Amino acid sequence: MADKVLSPLPGIFYRKPSPDKDVYVNEGDSVKEGDILGLVEVMKNFYEVKAEKDGVIEKFHVENESEIEAGQEIATIS
Amino acid sequence: MIKVKNPGLQTTVQDYGRIGYYDVGMPPSGAMDKYSYTVGNLLVGNDENAASLEITYMGPTLEFQQDAFIAVTGGEIPPKINGEAVPMWETHSIKAGDELSFDFVKKGARVYLAVAGGVDVPVIMDSRSTYTLCGVGGMEGRALQAGDELKIGNDKKQEVKEGTSLPEEYRLDFSGDNEIRVILGLCSYRLTEESKKRFFEREWSVTTEANRVGYRFKGERLHFVEREQPFGAGSNASNVVDLGYPIGSIQVPDGVEPIALLNDAVTGGGYVTICTIISTDLDKMAQVKTNEKVRFVSVDIEEALQARKEYRDTVEKVRQFVAQ
Repeated sequence: MADKVLSPLPGIFYRKPSPDKDVYVNEGDSVKEGDILGLVEVMKNFYEVKAEKDGVIEKFHVENESEIEAGQEIATIS
Repeated sequence: MIKVKNPGLQTTVQDYGRIGYYDVGMPPSGAMDKYSYTVGNLLVGNDENAASLEITYMGPTLEFQQDAFIAVTGGEIPPKINGEAVPMWETHSIKAGDELSFDFVKKGARVYLAVAGGVDVPVIMDSRSTYTLCGVGGMEGRALQAGDELKIGNDKKQEVKEGTSLPEEYRLDFSGDNEIRVILGLCSYRLTEESKKRFFEREWSVTTEANRVGYRFKGERLHFVEREQPFGAGSNASNVVDLGYPIGSIQVPDGVEPIALLNDAVTGGGYVTICTIISTDLDKMAQVKTNEKVRFVSVDIEEALQARKEYRDTVEKVRQFVAQ
């Protein structure tokens, strides 16, 4: 069953740890519970969004560096 | 004791504020949304200056190690006791061993957790409020961390029955448009007429740089009137000779992005302040989230004072409701 990864925060979503680095994970990659999927920047902080279960990243629903709302779906893990 | 299992994003101890030290450069800190903070204390029978937890965007997970009465007020970050949703704006009894946690933020940006007796941290310069930039007050001058233990104090005045629920008319609703009322000045004369007009015409969007210190907005560049640099002022057109910054004042460094200075902001400096948010609407400002849009509305001092009077009348009605 596919699980939704939701952003707990409003802010800007990043898929990379820094602009010159690779993305944390690609669609199709396997992830383990606790793996970092991306960052949400708000209040001069970067919050790590982590996988809540083991699985495969089916899809990212939010582009790198785009605005995100609290509760918005970031990705699906199957 | 209340044990912090997970601190949330930025949870700080705040009371009404560190009032009376602005002249020596100490901002007041304190609850950003004063109404919600005050009502929270009333709902648990506290002294109105008792310290609460200010929770921003993402709630903490707290384990109560003693019985207590609590209330959660403010925006909508739904609280849960032992995983069961409980209403906001209501007095709840929580037992030793119970866990308080929160769901995702639905509306607004901040909620207040009031605990009967208040959160007991050392009083520094007449206040328990946390001023994180200088590491003063609250829990060791910082936001809560996992493993912290909070002592419950004695700032309680009266008993309030479990299940006391604030009538709808006294609750805040954050689903409306974000109109923030301001009074023009102190240095609005420095803006061109066109920029002054544009400032009030357009919507401004809250950037990710929005916290207890200030809110930064994106919109368009504003322009200043040509002038000869006065002695003592910086060279940028947005500079003036240093002045005290009113709380809620809005400055526009280099004309690029307006910044509203809030509870933890610097108390003075050399930027033009074009207007000041009226005191009642600071509460509203504090509940606007990053990426949301606001519009500034120019009002006169009479309207601001009327709004303050209505605010005080509402708080008085809540006082009477709770005392019944």
